[in-house]
Amino acid sequence: MTPPLAWYLGLSAVLFAIGVLGVLIRRNVIVIFMAIELMLNAVNLSFVALARSLGSMDGQVIVFFVMTVAAAEAAVGLAIILSMFRNRETTNVDELATLRW
Amino acid sequence: MSPLLFLLLAALTVASALTVVVHQNPVHSACALVLTLCLLAVFFLGLDAQLVALLQVIVYAGAIVVLFLFVIMLLNLQVEARAMAGTPLVGTAAVGGVALAVLIVTALRRAAPPAGRGVPAGFGETAALARQLFTVYLVPFELTSLLLLVAIVRAVALAKKPS
Repeated sequence: MTPPLAWYLGLSAVLFAIGVLGVLIRRNVIVIFMAIELMLNAVNLSFVALARSLGSMDGQVIVFFVMTVAAAEAAVGLAIILSMFRNRETTNVDELATLRW
Repeated sequence: MSPLLFLLLAALTVASALTVVVHQNPVHSACALVLTLCLLAVFFLGLDAQLVALLQVIVYAGAIVVLFLFVIMLLNLQVEARAMAGTPLVGTAAVGGVALAVLIVTALRRAAPPAGRGVPAGFGETAALARQLFTVYLVPFELTSLLLLVAIVRAVALAKKPS
């Protein structure tokens, strides 16, 4: 017997909420990035679970695209963090508030 | 995957995801992220997504998190004195996070589950996935290669020391 689809979707929802929580409470840009990865993975889980339940491969293909976008996002984002750190010597978002109104 | 195993793995996954979010040391957060991603790969295996599970371990846990660790070491980040936002904000965010989880779960419970169509033969095999990827999704697939190229060029340009 396999667990019902709803369990997977529930786990995915909880992981997504943890990711949102991380973005809200953490002040370190790198940890905020990790929380974003967590949210992307929560969505991946629901894609794969729904693909299995619908008997369609499309959900798994979308997961590939999500992974690609996540890789590109991590590469560019970490490069931005690096150059920001070089200028300001900090990764704390409270101190990187120049663009804040 | 048996329901008991699912619950056990789900508890582990949620615990390690919480570790990512609350741990003061970014290196420990990254290690917990590796654990979370590997546990998710186990779920993917249980859902007949073998190739996706493999790629999850290789690309996510292997490449992306190593990139994170690399940057953490490069910046020489230590345990932060003030890793979290102020207490009122943390309280509000915690309440908001729990509310969000409850909201999504109730919305999912109310939504009618899609009719299960059963799993066709060869589901989740590399051949079936590749057929989809190179026929129906050929144009998006080629576009992702362009996206990766642009990302590489931009990342190198950003990380280069200003001359």
